[in-house]
Amino acid sequence: MKRALTVLWLAFLASVPLWLGDQYFLHVLIIAGIFTIAAMSLNLLLGYTGQLSLGHVAFFGIGAYASALTALGFEVTLFGWRVVHEPWPALAGFAIGILVAGLCGYAIGKLSFRVRGAYFVIVTISFAEVTRLVALNWVELTQGPLALNNIPPFTLAFPGLGEYTMWGKVPNYYAVLAVAVIAYLVIRRLVLSRIGRAMVALRENEPLAMSVGIDVTRFLVLAAVVSAAIAGAAGALYAHFVRIIDPDIFLFIYTVTMVIMVVAGGKGTLAGPVVGGLLFGMLPVLLRAYASPTLQWIIYGMLMILVVFFLPRGIVPAVETWWQNKGSVIARSAATWRSRGAR
Amino acid sequence: MLGGTYALLGIGLTLIFGIMRVVNFTHGELYAFGGYMMFMFTAMLGVNFYVALLIAVLLGVALGSVIELVLLRPMRGADIDTTMLIMIGTWIVLQNLEQMIWGGVAKSIVSPLPAEPLVLGPISVAWLRVFVFIAAGLLIAGTHTLINRTKLGKAMRATFQDRDTAALMGVNVNAINTATFAIGSGLAAAAGALLGSVFVITPTMGDLAALKAFAIVILGGLGSITGATIGGFILAFVEEMGAAYVSSGYRDAMGFLVIIAVLLFRPTGLFARAERIG
Repeated sequence: MKRALTVLWLAFLASVPLWLGDQYFLHVLIIAGIFTIAAMSLNLLLGYTGQLSLGHVAFFGIGAYASALTALGFEVTLFGWRVVHEPWPALAGFAIGILVAGLCGYAIGKLSFRVRGAYFVIVTISFAEVTRLVALNWVELTQGPLALNNIPPFTLAFPGLGEYTMWGKVPNYYAVLAVAVIAYLVIRRLVLSRIGRAMVALRENEPLAMSVGIDVTRFLVLAAVVSAAIAGAAGALYAHFVRIIDPDIFLFIYTVTMVIMVVAGGKGTLAGPVVGGLLFGMLPVLLRAYASPTLQWIIYGMLMILVVFFLPRGIVPAVETWWQNKGSVIARSAATWRSRGAR
Repeated sequence: MLGGTYALLGIGLTLIFGIMRVVNFTHGELYAFGGYMMFMFTAMLGVNFYVALLIAVLLGVALGSVIELVLLRPMRGADIDTTMLIMIGTWIVLQNLEQMIWGGVAKSIVSPLPAEPLVLGPISVAWLRVFVFIAAGLLIAGTHTLINRTKLGKAMRATFQDRDTAALMGVNVNAINTATFAIGSGLAAAAGALLGSVFVITPTMGDLAALKAFAIVILGGLGSITGATIGGFILAFVEEMGAAYVSSGYRDAMGFLVIIAVLLFRPTGLFARAERIG
């Protein structure tokens, strides 16, 4: 039952480009997928360790910039030294984007987990703002507001078969799907392990978790590193798909989008960010016929308030409860499967 | 001048956080709201500059009360993350409403003060800036007196120290919450109206203002009014120094670097006297 459902769901997602003719819709789906990956990574921090990090977009942006710069090459003067980097393949950029974002996650985790609550939130926001201003002002490296453009798409090399460059939307869709599945599996593996239980323990009661010997900072930093690396992967996918990035990808509003996705879907559940990400990623498409972008944002904001008021735990847990109350045998087994997946 | 308005922003935010334990993300929008009201009354309705300033502040107070009554009162007792999310939602709604009503083009306010500057020896300052500085100073002093010398202020301080005991002693905690949020919002609107008449008004002006207000509050220690006042001046000073000696592009980054540095070395802020406000 459990495996069949997963396979069906994956088969459905994999088949989308085969029957979906509308290129615009496919584009929106890819962007929604990228943000879903970012939301999944945020969920690891927000949902499992309970730390409200509002600077998550920084890791997304750092991944995007690191990957794009690796692929494009750059030339900067640093303290009198001339640093020249020749362009590398885009896939190497992807790896370096993940690596750099992970390292930043480590540094920020080490620094900011000294404080909690409101202080932590403000430190993370400040960090994201500083990275945005650096991207805006370090023109020599990032081109500042002129943006990095002509970022090459990913190229896959098959030994003996030649190369394949992913220009179109369909291969990018599969790339995003593949990364999303990998990210989901990594997070699932982490959350269901001893490490995940330690994270939940310190979310629920930090002093108690410490008293039974959980090294709080170590686990928080670990969560931050994994979370930042996955967000970096999402950023790198974004850079090589859209092929132009500017400092605006660091805007606070994108962090807010991720937070809405996680909270609406259900924080601390594996399926939550996926549901929330797809739902809020698709919302602009449904609304665009009726509402201007400004009005869309107003609706976004109101939805966020309504979700917090009426579904404080998110959509996925609410649906699970409703499902269990229906009481049929099949529903119950599905629900236990889901909640097992969630915990 | 900048320091004075920053201090106004910081004081409003620190009061709201200290007393209500709400991280107020709408603060920047109230700041922008103050600026827009000022613009609307002076440029579109032709109201006198000073009267418009007063109206802008009063409308800020009114908007703050409405937000508190409708959105925060039902959520009292919820944890800090929940109210923070509600405030973020409200912030997005307000900002885009401003954009819808007044458009994205920057607006400027015409002031009645003489254009030629005030010359004091080698220094010359625009009269408008002198006025802004004095008005900000008066508002800070007024808030200080309100907190330290009046019955409402005493009730606010009591609520800050211990909400439950204050309630037992007959303090109407709900009313205190509304009053606090309204005063904080009024101060933010005042800062927006004052600074908006020096610079220009845009729908996104609140974003940086809100983040700076957080920086100021962190500098001074959450919940400390004196700290917020000094923090405001320090931030303005550091920004100008940064703009002059590092690069004007990194002007706004200075504040955030300061926050990160302060939290690393003095996590409770520079002037925190643990559990008191005033």
